[in-house]
Amino acid sequence: MRKNDDTSRIEEEDEEEQEQPRAFWSGIVAFGLVSLPVSLFPAHRSKVALKMVDARGAPLKRQFFCEHDNRPLERDDIVRSYEVEKYHYVVVEDEELEALEPKRSREIDLKRFVPLSSINPVYFERAYFLVPDGDTTKAYRLLAKSMEDQQRAGIATFVMHGKDYLVAIIAQGGILRAETLRFHDELRTPEQVGLPQRQAADKKTVEQMRGAIRKLTHKRFEPALLSDPQATNLRQRIEAKLKSGADVLKAPEEPAPAEAASNVIDLMQVLKQRLQGRQSRQSEAKRPAGRGKPRAR
Amino acid sequence: MAIRAMWKGVICLDSIRIPVKLYGAIEDRNVHFRLLHRQDLEPVRQFLVNPETDEVVPYAETRRAYVTEAGDRVLLSAPELDALEPQPSRDIELLGFLPLHAIDHRWYDRPYYLGPDEDSADFFALADAVEEQQVEGLARWVMRNKSYVGALQLYQGYPMLMSLHHAEETIPVEVLKPPEGPALDKRELGMAHQLIGMLESEFQPREYHDEFRDHVLEMLAAKAQGKQVKKRAPKPREAGMDLTRALEASIRRARKHA
Repeated sequence: MRKNDDTSRIEEEDEEEQEQPRAFWSGIVAFGLVSLPVSLFPAHRSKVALKMVDARGAPLKRQFFCEHDNRPLERDDIVRSYEVEKYHYVVVEDEELEALEPKRSREIDLKRFVPLSSINPVYFERAYFLVPDGDTTKAYRLLAKSMEDQQRAGIATFVMHGKDYLVAIIAQGGILRAETLRFHDELRTPEQVGLPQRQAADKKTVEQMRGAIRKLTHKRFEPALLSDPQATNLRQRIEAKLKSGADVLKAPEEPAPAEAASNVIDLMQVLKQRLQGRQSRQSEAKRPAGRGKPRAR
Repeated sequence: MAIRAMWKGVICLDSIRIPVKLYGAIEDRNVHFRLLHRQDLEPVRQFLVNPETDEVVPYAETRRAYVTEAGDRVLLSAPELDALEPQPSRDIELLGFLPLHAIDHRWYDRPYYLGPDEDSADFFALADAVEEQQVEGLARWVMRNKSYVGALQLYQGYPMLMSLHHAEETIPVEVLKPPEGPALDKRELGMAHQLIGMLESEFQPREYHDEFRDHVLEMLAAKAQGKQVKKRAPKPREAGMDLTRALEASIRRARKHA
């Protein structure tokens, strides 16, 4: 949907392929003068993680090439540019973007608490779990309990990976979540879309529909209703192949390169450990908190 | 300044069929960069490469592999994966209705506006019925070879389909154990409640603006005109203090600002 923007497409694919659960961000949640060191882990994962391989099953990696001379490029050979006007590109260095980041970019400062129900569903963009990082979980538990008791969400803005984020911190079952929120100007209004105004409807038709709705109304929400038959089918297919041994490549005897074995560590496992304050060696944030390497956005 | 519909479907409620159009409710306002080769400022391309042989593998020749815990790889071909794709359909099937807010923020993905297609009488009757019953619908549909689940809701009175995450991709909070430790101090808990109360307000989405984006665009505009770009040094954080003292000081501070 985004024209002339191949880089965003690349990023989307990258995200799909990123299986190793890692902290997306590490920093401080500030509640008044109380600070909680935390890491953010995604609250969603891919349904069935698949890797790109060649016809014989060898894992593939993505590599940048110069369009002009087809030379393979390392990350350091690549620089970002922005099309200010048609065909007029400005080159931007990472440092220049970093210099624009506000002083306290490592901090989510909860300046405001709002009723959880006052945030319209349209604002919610992406969900993360907050896991405690310090030696003690006291401040984490205190904030979670207080917010949950009062059904309040903490609101803050902060910069992460070179982007401004509006975030709602929400407590649920003693666990803190960070839900990034869309900025108001990212939402189209019904007028911008050109939707017609609601018109008076025929009473009899409405009554007929209400009848159909009543018939289908459940009291409780069952997450099973949201299951994806496609993911189930794919799982079954994989199971069948494992059973028959067809198209299965056995793991090599010598330790596999990290690349091949990377989707073994489950996000759930990492979260369980980190919520109890245990660091797992594999899951430590490898990516420095700032903007590491040029990444298409 | 209307936008074009991205998809057309038919809402199926029991035996009632209501043709609708879908419109994206989100506008992408991110600053998108293009990656260039630093040396000659030519655009770059990404290809798939076998890291052992450095050989470029055309996309059409790739397969997918599922890696098991033991490191075994299960290969899947493109036709196989295609065969698992859902059957194309225009139906937006309403599976059920739930009390408002029964589906919470854990599931929300992306909102789409709904508009009437052809006859609008039934469309508005559905909006009325959903509003009067104080419910939201749970819908399932297939759009562009992908299966979706979503909530049929009203946004500012306009029907909307909020696509939801599938159960398989959502980590259930219920299976995670919250952090444990010694019982919380009653006084500290009281102060935390008090502090939240003092910082309480309604959610005002219009008050927030992507300032960083503005700064990036300003910097880019300045650079385009050949201006020198200023650099700012980051400031270190203050050291932490004991929890009770920090809460007390926070309440004092909040009082002063109130």
